[in-house]
Amino acid sequence: MSAPATVKTTYRDACREAIRDALKRDPRVFVMGEDVGRYGGCYAVTKGLLAEFGEERIRDTPLSESAFVGAGIGAAMGGMRPIVEIMTVNFSLLALDQIVNNAATIPHMSGGQFAIPLVIRMATGAGRQLAAQHSHSLEGWYAHIPGIKVLAPATLEDARGMLWSALEDPNPILIFEHVMLYNMEGELAADAGAVDIGQAKIRRRGRDASLITYGGSLFKTLAAAATLAKEGIEAEVVDLRSLRPLDMPAIVDSVRRTHRAVIIDEGWRSGSLSAEVAARIAEDAFYELDAPIGRVCSAEVPIPYPKHLEDAALPQPERICAAVRSLLGGR
Amino acid sequence: MSDHGDKPHLSRAHALDLLRQMILITRFEEKCAELYTVEKIRGFLHLYIGEEAVAVGAMQALTPEDAIVATYREHGHALARGIPAGPVMAEMYGKVEGSSRGRGGSMHIFDAKTRFYGGNAIVGGGLPLAVGLALADKLQRKPRVTACFFGEGAAAEGEFHESMNLAALWKLPVLFVCENNLYAMGTALARSESETDIHLKAQSYRIDSETVDGMDVVAVESAARRAAHLVRDGKGPVFLECRTYRFRAHSMFDAQLYRDKAEVETWRQKGPILRFTAWLKGAGLLHDDDVAAIEAEVSREVDAAVAFAERGTWESVDELDRYVYMDAVP
Repeated sequence: MSAPATVKTTYRDACREAIRDALKRDPRVFVMGEDVGRYGGCYAVTKGLLAEFGEERIRDTPLSESAFVGAGIGAAMGGMRPIVEIMTVNFSLLALDQIVNNAATIPHMSGGQFAIPLVIRMATGAGRQLAAQHSHSLEGWYAHIPGIKVLAPATLEDARGMLWSALEDPNPILIFEHVMLYNMEGELAADAGAVDIGQAKIRRRGRDASLITYGGSLFKTLAAAATLAKEGIEAEVVDLRSLRPLDMPAIVDSVRRTHRAVIIDEGWRSGSLSAEVAARIAEDAFYELDAPIGRVCSAEVPIPYPKHLEDAALPQPERICAAVRSLLGGR
Repeated sequence: MSDHGDKPHLSRAHALDLLRQMILITRFEEKCAELYTVEKIRGFLHLYIGEEAVAVGAMQALTPEDAIVATYREHGHALARGIPAGPVMAEMYGKVEGSSRGRGGSMHIFDAKTRFYGGNAIVGGGLPLAVGLALADKLQRKPRVTACFFGEGAAAEGEFHESMNLAALWKLPVLFVCENNLYAMGTALARSESETDIHLKAQSYRIDSETVDGMDVVAVESAARRAAHLVRDGKGPVFLECRTYRFRAHSMFDAQLYRDKAEVETWRQKGPILRFTAWLKGAGLLHDDDVAAIEAEVSREVDAAVAFAERGTWESVDELDRYVYMDAVP
């Protein structure tokens, strides 16, 4: 049997193909957000979709995050399957009321009378020298909120496959796309389609330490693992994929085999997703650990503009390597 | 505005029904206040007494297919929409027989059957939802109206302005009903708005808007029918500013230090029930016996609602996290 055919693509194109596929498969699906139509999306994800699907289904909105996110919630309750795009997570703060007070509460507060099958996509993360109002990683905040699900596709397969699964889910789902991934190129199965959205995945097998990460930090972590391998340290890399709910069985299973855990998260460490993962490992697998849980997070500063300061603020492979070495007794 | 089919048919039967609905809201809420003092109802309780003509009048313009988005002062809207008093009262008790399984209480009445989308306790937070419900209807080619109720306090929120713009821009079928009761909790309109003519704000978004005497149920019904007709015809949103007044405190914790008793009394003399009753009697459409009969019927209905709530059960703690995530779209 020959290997399945693959196509060369980018993360951006995989995201777009996922949206195009959803628009074709379900007439209830439509896209709305700032500059998603004529401009083609601020990260060019929706480029070409207006010409293909028309203004009714590819809707440019005013700069009114609260209104168009709330309209997405209302439209979902009214029988549609909206895909709402917010340019960047920093802008989503203008829609927090709708996401946290409405989308996350109404199904439970109404006694299960209403579901909100809504997908909100947004860009997150730093690396493009966009400074402190376009570069933050606030997905961990959203992962705090019961009632919403939070996904972080890091691979081409997940960029292509998570959206449809999210649209089929009856709950409001936030999908975070790291800005540094959009240009990532690679091979994707020609028949790539929906993927599971509840489970973590092991991206590299190893026996010495579990490196738990997601999104834009995945490839820095894989780079660190490759470096460590040359030193004889075999690190396992766990891609969370879903930040809420967390796939704790997969995390614990990995820690049981490696007995060491380092969490790599571009969010800040204080009150964070990395803190949550660390706490749960301590709760569920404390006696499996041979060393304290390590964390590599962003420096506790607003992300600065100059390249050298931005780089210094973010998790980098060298810091990940250092953290792992220190758990292994400075090997 | 056109008038075909929009004039309320003020037959004796319809007039009595309007009166009965307003009296039901008043008596229901008086009972709620009483139950609050004996701690059967807890949390916040915001009474609608004084504003009954707005909900009752506006609902006349809606069909069962239309949708309603309301505020945390929504008992009147729920009853006027036809949600039975029993489940509304049971909701206030927090019982599982309540309209939201007791999960929401006074501020969060939901009812899928009547397309009643809450009960929203964030001022302005319901407006984007209404815009979205209307967008869904427009995209699905359903000639339905989404009626969105909110107070004048919402006009200070960004969500109000964002929603007005979006609804107007996309010509969405929303009937915006502003219940201007002159106070955002304890802050008088003139102390919080540079422009106190709220309907002008809607007009600035090119939304067809008008002010209505919110103490006159017939005027509200008439305006709402005209407005709903335009909305249903695809003419885009319409905005009604209903000028009204809250007779009771903002909530049960409010000592009302911000307004004069004389002012309240003046408005009470213009009360929607008082006024409609006098007008109907003058027109020979209503007799003392009718009022007594309505009061007796309403009294039985409220008593039955209380009994229903009392008989109700508490949701099992085992179900605490049920519906945090849904298994399917109901």
